[in-house]
Amino acid sequence: MIDVKTVTKRYNGTVVVDGVSLSLPAGGVISLIGANGAGKSTLLSIISRLLPMSSGTVEIDGLDVTTTPGEVLARRLSILRQDNQIMSRLTVEDLVAFGRYPHSKGRLTDEDRGHIRNALRYLDLEPLAGRFLDELSGGQRQRAFIAMVLCQDTEYILLDEPLNNLDVKHAVAMMKLFRRTADEFGKTIVLVLHDINFASCYSDRIVAMRDGRVVHQGPPEVIITPEVIHDVYGVEAQVMENAGQRIALYYQ
Amino acid sequence: MPADRRILSPTVVLGGLSALTLLSIALFMTLGARGKWDFILAFRGTKVAAMVLVGYAVAVSTVLFQTITNNRILTPSVMGFDHLFRLIQTVLVFQFGSGLVASLDPRLRFGVEVASMVVFSGLLYWWLFNGAGRGDNRRSLHLLLLVGIVFGVLFRSVTGFLQRVIDPNEFLTVQDRLFANFNRVDVQLLAVSALVVLAVSLAGWRWMRTFDVLALGRDAAINLGVEHRRAVMGVLVMVSILVSVSTALVGPVTFFGLLVANLAYLVVRSHRHALILPAAVLLAVLTLVAGQLVLERVFGYNAALSIVIEFVGGLAFLFILVRGSAR
Repeated sequence: MIDVKTVTKRYNGTVVVDGVSLSLPAGGVISLIGANGAGKSTLLSIISRLLPMSSGTVEIDGLDVTTTPGEVLARRLSILRQDNQIMSRLTVEDLVAFGRYPHSKGRLTDEDRGHIRNALRYLDLEPLAGRFLDELSGGQRQRAFIAMVLCQDTEYILLDEPLNNLDVKHAVAMMKLFRRTADEFGKTIVLVLHDINFASCYSDRIVAMRDGRVVHQGPPEVIITPEVIHDVYGVEAQVMENAGQRIALYYQ
Repeated sequence: MPADRRILSPTVVLGGLSALTLLSIALFMTLGARGKWDFILAFRGTKVAAMVLVGYAVAVSTVLFQTITNNRILTPSVMGFDHLFRLIQTVLVFQFGSGLVASLDPRLRFGVEVASMVVFSGLLYWWLFNGAGRGDNRRSLHLLLLVGIVFGVLFRSVTGFLQRVIDPNEFLTVQDRLFANFNRVDVQLLAVSALVVLAVSLAGWRWMRTFDVLALGRDAAINLGVEHRRAVMGVLVMVSILVSVSTALVGPVTFFGLLVANLAYLVVRSHRHALILPAAVLLAVLTLVAGQLVLERVFGYNAALSIVIEFVGGLAFLFILVRGSAR
């Protein structure tokens, strides 16, 4: 369980995350939505200890993220931010193998190799395993980074806009993969998403933020309504129901 | 361009570099030898040992510095080490005169130089990481670099000023000290330096795989459980000790670290420091020994080693840049 208590983040007086308290139970897919600058990415970075908070605490299964040793957290929680630039000359397989570092500190065991193979297969990267990252398209690279994070095999997986750069086919495959990872392996996956319809179709729970605060949270049936969408994004939307899934139309 | 990828495996590259380095050392030891062998070998052996040590220190410090800054065109010299060294030399001669400086115990001077460079960088890191390090430490690393550059400029300006007002004869003495020189290395200092470098290397040895992770960048390193701030601090301390020792031993050899680090990335084509570091060290030793060989046999000592290295190195570096942008 991820337990966020009155977390605030300020940059020179500008409040980006404003006293957020949030409790996310283990298991399932959780989407964070909200307009640009609502504080979603910042909150995700704070939860994953990439960014120190100005005040408040975050606990992962009772472990305080600011005081727990990094290597302990790295076996329990993984994070992928946007814009991953790497200086080293790495192949896809090298990158994915780094996901095993928290477990084996760079000396790969047979079990590690199994995880690496599975991660490559799940993300459809087997044909690209020997390619260097700088020879890949943006979408292929994005998949390689997600493979690394899945290979880390942590209870909690936090991803900041994982659908960036992905075409429709790979975006759907990615969301299905997250759904399956959560259902079959009991992982907790927290995503920052811009496409509210992906959030609607694949999440167990949606958390909506505005101006640094959590304004709504609940299952898709509660969040994907014209009123809530208007409240979060300030746009008029129609909501249709199709095969039990709620789709928001906001294009006009 | 899949065709030219991994033509040579890293093992072959390292083997080839080792062979070339040994060959250049053998040539350096034997070429143009006249007189008693036991004298020649001991005399040239000291020079070779100094070059191996300095090559090692410069290569390792540059690669590690680039790893923690995630930038391949930086060298530790942007932190102002070279300029501080020049300032110390100039101030010594300015204050006490070249006669007294020359009669000074070399061990004392070496100790003072190393200590002041390490203390300077230590204070800088301490201030940034404890005093000013309120934000996330990615920003403080950039701030650290910036402050280092500003200090470097300050040192250079003060040095320039002192050199203008100094006695012209004294100025010549100073200038001579400001170029890397392997011809006047003190054996005792060499042994002390070797011990220091060995100690630093042993401390860094168990971090070999952590370096690979640090090269992925701050966020990825933290995600993989590396205590980023502590690791970066540790590497900075190692780098400053290595640079201080090698600079105090022979003088500034700035540019050359950048060259060998980038050549190493180019020939090894791997992310693993266990391969990159040895390649960079071998390239550094090879460059120094070959450069010194050219200096002694072709120019008959009528130039400075840094001139030879920077001429060849500059061309090589331009070549790398042009090739890199063409890719």
